[in-house]
Amino acid sequence: MRHLLSTKDLTRDDAILILDTAAQMAATQDREVRKLPTLRGKTVVNLFFEDSTRTRISFEAAAKRLSADVINFSAKGSSVSKGESLKDTALTLQAMGADAVVVRHWASGAAYQLAHGGWLHGSVLNAGDGTHQHPTQSLLDAFTIRKHLVTDPTGNDLTGLTVAIVGDVLHSRVARSNVHLLHTLGAKVVLVAPATLVPVGVEPWPCDVVHTLDEAIETYDIDALMMLRVQRERMTGGGSAFFPSPAEYTRLFGLDGDRLRRLPDHAIVMHPGPMNRGLEISAEAADSPRSVIVEQVANGVAVRMAALYLLLAGEEGAQ
Amino acid sequence: MSRPIVIENASLYGDTTASLLIEDGVITKVADAIDAPDDAVVVDATGLVALPGLVDLHTHLREPGREDAETIETGSRAAARGGWTAVFAMANTNPVADTAGVVEQVWSRGREIGLVDVFPVGAVTVGLKGEHLSEMGAMANSKAKVRLFSDDGVCVYDPVIMRRALEYVKTFDGAVVQHAQDLRLTDGSQMHEGEVSAELGLAGWPAVAEESIVARDALLAEHVGSRVHVQHLSTAGSVEIIRWAKARGINVTAEATPHHLLLTDESARTYDPLFKVNPPLRTQSDVEALREAVADGTIDIIATDHAPHASEDKDCEWAAASFGMLGLETALGVIQKALVDTGALTWRDVARLMSETPARIGKVDAEHGRPLAEGEPANITLVDPTAAWTVDGAQLASRASNTPYGGMELPGRAVATLLRGVPTHLDSQLEGAFA
Repeated sequence: MRHLLSTKDLTRDDAILILDTAAQMAATQDREVRKLPTLRGKTVVNLFFEDSTRTRISFEAAAKRLSADVINFSAKGSSVSKGESLKDTALTLQAMGADAVVVRHWASGAAYQLAHGGWLHGSVLNAGDGTHQHPTQSLLDAFTIRKHLVTDPTGNDLTGLTVAIVGDVLHSRVARSNVHLLHTLGAKVVLVAPATLVPVGVEPWPCDVVHTLDEAIETYDIDALMMLRVQRERMTGGGSAFFPSPAEYTRLFGLDGDRLRRLPDHAIVMHPGPMNRGLEISAEAADSPRSVIVEQVANGVAVRMAALYLLLAGEEGAQ
Repeated sequence: MSRPIVIENASLYGDTTASLLIEDGVITKVADAIDAPDDAVVVDATGLVALPGLVDLHTHLREPGREDAETIETGSRAAARGGWTAVFAMANTNPVADTAGVVEQVWSRGREIGLVDVFPVGAVTVGLKGEHLSEMGAMANSKAKVRLFSDDGVCVYDPVIMRRALEYVKTFDGAVVQHAQDLRLTDGSQMHEGEVSAELGLAGWPAVAEESIVARDALLAEHVGSRVHVQHLSTAGSVEIIRWAKARGINVTAEATPHHLLLTDESARTYDPLFKVNPPLRTQSDVEALREAVADGTIDIIATDHAPHASEDKDCEWAAASFGMLGLETALGVIQKALVDTGALTWRDVARLMSETPARIGKVDAEHGRPLAEGEPANITLVDPTAAWTVDGAQLASRASNTPYGGMELPGRAVATLLRGVPTHLDSQLEGAFA
């Protein structure tokens, strides 16, 4: 594996290798000394063209626990606002000798362009590009689901499980990443969203689409319910709003205590964060024992350690 | 006095072999064999196809305003190399070509360079803002004699402005040339809305945003009895609407670009902004519908929408990149590849689609798009349909290099272009004859 750009590029074996490696990484995090020497001497650059403190610190923690040197590069602005171009930034990082670049960008495809532009030689790890992909988020989601719902997780996939993803699929890189990854791992995926928030052209995606949360709960035996963050401005954007009002969204798609109780007993509740409490998820649901939301964050570090390890360790001579 | 030129054994329109004598910018003789005058330049055109000089109804020369991307001079050279003897320069320059002053400047700069006839297209509305009609009468009566008006780059969106424009251009037998794009439906759009955009997470430009405007404008043209030309048709639905409008007797013409006849939205998977264009590349079934419409005459002409951009406007994120691609030098090769070599078109059809009909729509058919016959102006393109070449953006004559065909092999190219008997482009294989 040279880059991690999209979950669509991952085979089942690739995905299971990452999850199994993440499990090993997670096990080391219970030790007194959590730092591993694996990536000593390697330089990992966190290149963030879009603010995301949560994702950045998760990658930073992952790289540091593998003993890599970490450089945080916040490239605010863009070629739209006449900031430094992606190409020039990439050339700068190449000159600094980055072994891996973790990139978060507002533009779909930016990670792909960094990896394939011929501007830098290191590995590119996509930490979210526009509304396209966020592969480590979906890997940590899959890791969390497997850990909770698969009896003997190591080496196994998610066959037989049903995962519902609820909310703004149209603008969600988390949804796109998860649809492909969870399908590759054998799970059934159900997208739950108003038609305004489902992309035209969704038909070939390996998933079902339903248009209310109640219908999803009645129709499927949901094992994991993933609530997506909904941006309030998309509800109230005047004539182009995707939805009449936040209140109607909450009524039709919000996860409240009542809907939570209608899920199977073993079902878990997930959210990639940050949550809008009271909009897509009620406090009761978010704080219930079914919620694995805080654990997702911890698993994020382990999954990112695994991804960095697999991209960077033992790559010598592979160039 | 320039020397006479004898073009020997050319395949006229790809179907009859003949020789041409050119004297003082005019074809003075067409015969099986011509005794060359003593001082004549003799060109052996065996195996070459002779076409009337090509006429591009849709070119962006970028001057004035973006001379870093293209100038009238570099664009003229690109046009000559591509086999064109006339180009219509779109109005979205800076300043916008919305006054007689700007169109005359572009027109006379074109004359000065002399590689291709540059016919300026005037803006429909002041500053392309879609709010007030520009002084089209002044542009029509200027030295540039503008007959085509377009806000290309943006749609004339307000239906009342569009109606008035259609009515107004009747005064001087003009036409409104429409970039059909519903602005509201395409706010922020990046590529064709469909399966590929859904996967790539790029905002969609739905086919209906073009089709609804095409239908509206055909109906408006019918209502006020005027003439509308629809640019760069890109969808199967638009083809159906044009077919319907023509059957109904509406005075509508339509163009397709080489890129919409060859490439699809699949190329966006590379996230390479060289493939970002407006209207966007569509699906394979749209490409097939366009090819069929070009072959059956529903689409009247092929035009390049040659759109040079400075490298910094293409070497960036897809969403940040400008729309548009080069086309002048690759159009013939692409059309040969997509339509002639596939049997959909003959070279005679190419002459109609890329020279005769565009000249007629642009009202320059007294000079351009003329038959290859005695007494006609010697605007001639010689095509070598076996001169395969590999496209390299850096080798093109345009100042910009944003071609989507880099690395692609095209089957043929223009090897000579004559504008009123003067060679404006000669391939190295023919240079010797003129030495």
